[in-house]
Amino acid sequence: MTRKLLGVLVLALAVVAPAAASEQNPTLPELERELICPTCHETLAASTSPIAERMRAFIRARIAAGDTKSEIKDQLVEQFGESVLAAPPKSGFNLLAWVLPLAGIVLAAGVVGFLAYRWSRSRKAEESGPSANGRFSLDPELERRVDEELARYDA
Amino acid sequence: MPGRLRIALQAAAVLVVALLLALLGWKVFNPDEAPDAGRPAPDFTLPHLNSGEQVSLASFRGKAVVLNFWASWCGPCKDEAPLLESAWNRYKDQGVVVLGVDAQDFDVDAQRFVDRAGITYPVVRDKHGSTLGHYGVTGFPETWFIDAQGRIVGEHVAGPLTEEDLERNIKIALGQPA
Repeated sequence: MTRKLLGVLVLALAVVAPAAASEQNPTLPELERELICPTCHETLAASTSPIAERMRAFIRARIAAGDTKSEIKDQLVEQFGESVLAAPPKSGFNLLAWVLPLAGIVLAAGVVGFLAYRWSRSRKAEESGPSANGRFSLDPELERRVDEELARYDA
Repeated sequence: MPGRLRIALQAAAVLVVALLLALLGWKVFNPDEAPDAGRPAPDFTLPHLNSGEQVSLASFRGKAVVLNFWASWCGPCKDEAPLLESAWNRYKDQGVVVLGVDAQDFDVDAQRFVDRAGITYPVVRDKHGSTLGHYGVTGFPETWFIDAQGRIVGEHVAGPLTEEDLERNIKIALGQPA
């Protein structure tokens, strides 16, 4: 149990530590991949337009001034709007862009699971349905009525 | 599957498809393209570059407007700025307004551009580029001419203006023989 907990902690640290380092000490290449050039709608990494060059100069200056990644992105959003971000922020209405695909996957998995369950149940019913003599068993109510009729006939 | 559940799922699927078709239709009939001459100029309200005061295009109704879209990093915009400033000085007493719209730019760069070019006509800042789609702007500079009734008139000049372009279209906007 302790070993498992330790494993989870190490895994969590392995994920969180680089993200925190990147937030505190961002690099130009990673910001270039996370920002869009407003005139050509490509990432800064792929763009050579004049405004992309100007944005790169701005980012270099802000990194040198010690700004965090979030601060640099916030300043660019203030200048150009949220369309400058390659991925929508995980807050407010934009959160839908992150949540909806996940919800869609969960919903689709649920529907597939439900259909698979029903299909396997109907297969089982088919397999166990026929009685020993190869015929399907009757509804209990119908069986009772047949028995009554047969008893009356015999009498 | 129970009948009601099946009907509900089918209705949901039809609704989703109908919404997607409606979205497609809306985009087809409302494309981001340049408005035709004679149509009302799309209105907007944007902050003045220097004062931050809100300026609307509609507030210039009754005057001819030279609407110029630019950005500080655009070379041809630097070349045509003196022409626009000169036209502003020549025509401002005759009911003409030159209105600059700076977009896809840094505040500080736009301000420096205005200072260096000695621009005195009003300039608004479209930080998010919201007007660009309404006017079908695909690059800088682009210029539109609007008459006193707020209608698009004359030529839509996509690219740097010449002195002749300005003179001819300002006269059209003023309702004078070109």
